[in-house]
Amino acid sequence: MDFKLKYYLQIADNALILSHRLGEVVSRGPYLEEDIANTNVALDLIGMAESIYEQAALLEDKGRTGDDLVYRRAEHQYFNANLVEQPNKDFAYILVRQFLMDAFHVYFLTELTKSKDEFLAAVAIKSLKEVTYHLRRSSEWMIRLGDGTAEASERTKIAIRNLWKFKFELFTESEADLIMKERGEGVDLKVVEKMWRQKVREIFFIAQLEIPEGEFIVGQGKSGNHTEYLGKILAEMQFLPTHYPDAVW
Amino acid sequence: MLTKELSEDQLLAEFDLKIASDIKIEPRDWMPEEYRNQLIRQISQHAHSEIIGMQPEGNWLNRAPSLRSKKILMAKIQDEAGHGLYLYSAAETLGISREQMIAALHAGKAKYASVFNYPSLNWADMGAIGWLVDGAAITNQVSLQRTSYGPYARAMVRICKEESFHQRQGYEIMWRMMQGTEDQKRMAQDALNRWWYPALMMFGPHDADSAHSSKSMKWKIKRESNDHLRAKFVNKSIPQAELLGLKVPDVKLIDEASGIYEHTAINWEEFWTVVNGNGPCNKQRIEHHIKAHEDGEWVRKTAIAADLKHHTN
Repeated sequence: MDFKLKYYLQIADNALILSHRLGEVVSRGPYLEEDIANTNVALDLIGMAESIYEQAALLEDKGRTGDDLVYRRAEHQYFNANLVEQPNKDFAYILVRQFLMDAFHVYFLTELTKSKDEFLAAVAIKSLKEVTYHLRRSSEWMIRLGDGTAEASERTKIAIRNLWKFKFELFTESEADLIMKERGEGVDLKVVEKMWRQKVREIFFIAQLEIPEGEFIVGQGKSGNHTEYLGKILAEMQFLPTHYPDAVW
Repeated sequence: MLTKELSEDQLLAEFDLKIASDIKIEPRDWMPEEYRNQLIRQISQHAHSEIIGMQPEGNWLNRAPSLRSKKILMAKIQDEAGHGLYLYSAAETLGISREQMIAALHAGKAKYASVFNYPSLNWADMGAIGWLVDGAAITNQVSLQRTSYGPYARAMVRICKEESFHQRQGYEIMWRMMQGTEDQKRMAQDALNRWWYPALMMFGPHDADSAHSSKSMKWKIKRESNDHLRAKFVNKSIPQAELLGLKVPDVKLIDEASGIYEHTAINWEEFWTVVNGNGPCNKQRIEHHIKAHEDGEWVRKTAIAADLKHHTN
């Protein structure tokens, strides 16, 4: 596969699948204002994904649309990080997953604004405004979760312990990452990781949460290897186009 | 005592005069307790309807067949949460808290629009709900923009703008389905067949059988009668259905010259069965809401605890 197309898909798939998970909790928020905020984040992410898929379809030049890339790819052709497909076990899981990804998006997109690929730079500039707000929201939540009640702190620690292993993958370079970086079109994930780590340390410190020890590299979403969850997400998401392949929606 | 009674009479006279002169009643104004209670009942029921109404649409959110349709549906559900928020706030100006309203909903004391106790079974339901259910709601809500209680009337102005957008989006889904494959057309007709009567029932019982109507009309909480609004909706929707190529169940043209239609008798037994808790989804909808509320309890607690700590530090 073309490395540039692959790079586009890595970015869009993260946003799409995370947004899908957030869509699952619409109408299930702890209170109404929070339900609305969650949907805002989901809408921003799906918007970002959509614009990248449309451009990716043009890059691919096989007459497919952005929607085809979403609805007519199988599990192993998806390149999102395993972290975003992890289920909504409780509000702590949702917000820890979100915080780790928001921080990733902020620093990743900050670097991407310097891309020589004009389309990617433009997407990064637009989305950076949105994810900066997302990170502010999820950072505030980390503090409320970590430094609020004992129950919340306990739940949050469990979520961190179980999700932490998936963060390493975010900073592991795929071939597409490497080539795009060398061409000045992609970002240096080491720079992103450094900034990310600093932010996570800062917020965890205020929230009285600890960074788990050890390096457990789990997940190779960028190679199309996923946890069991993605298949089920796609089965649901792609149901109508799969079942009625000739329909135009 | 006598002074107080006289004073109440005067207050009531002043209130009646305002109502008669179409001057809005505002939160700090004196109002009869019955007026206040009637409003709390109606506004909270309306708020709950917006919130429970998120569920049948949420049922298809993650199966939306294109990114565009997914974004639109997601934004629509979010608008409904927003409407719920304005309406809870409007009701709070009458001296009831959101917590109390939610408790009444969970206890089965407060109602919500019965239409949401029907299931959403295919993608065209997302069209039919927008077109017919939101369409019926708008027909009612347009008249409520002139309701006598200020905060409710103002909330309605804002809500109506968004609802009419939703109705057009719903109609567009139906339109796309009718331009599509035979399966899509089948789904569209099926959705219309299932949602038509529940939408008609949204206007409530016939005027003669409506328990709260006469007081509501007198106080201008309600501005037009159930049957009048229902007829308006029927006559607006039939030509829209024809344009789509869909057949509305059981209606007849009663006046060819003026193009006035009449629907056949509504099954009121079914209406009361659903209102009284035995519709296909009543239990499911309330359980969903209770579960979200209970699951969120520890989150609400920690938010309060942490905010106190971090503001006082």
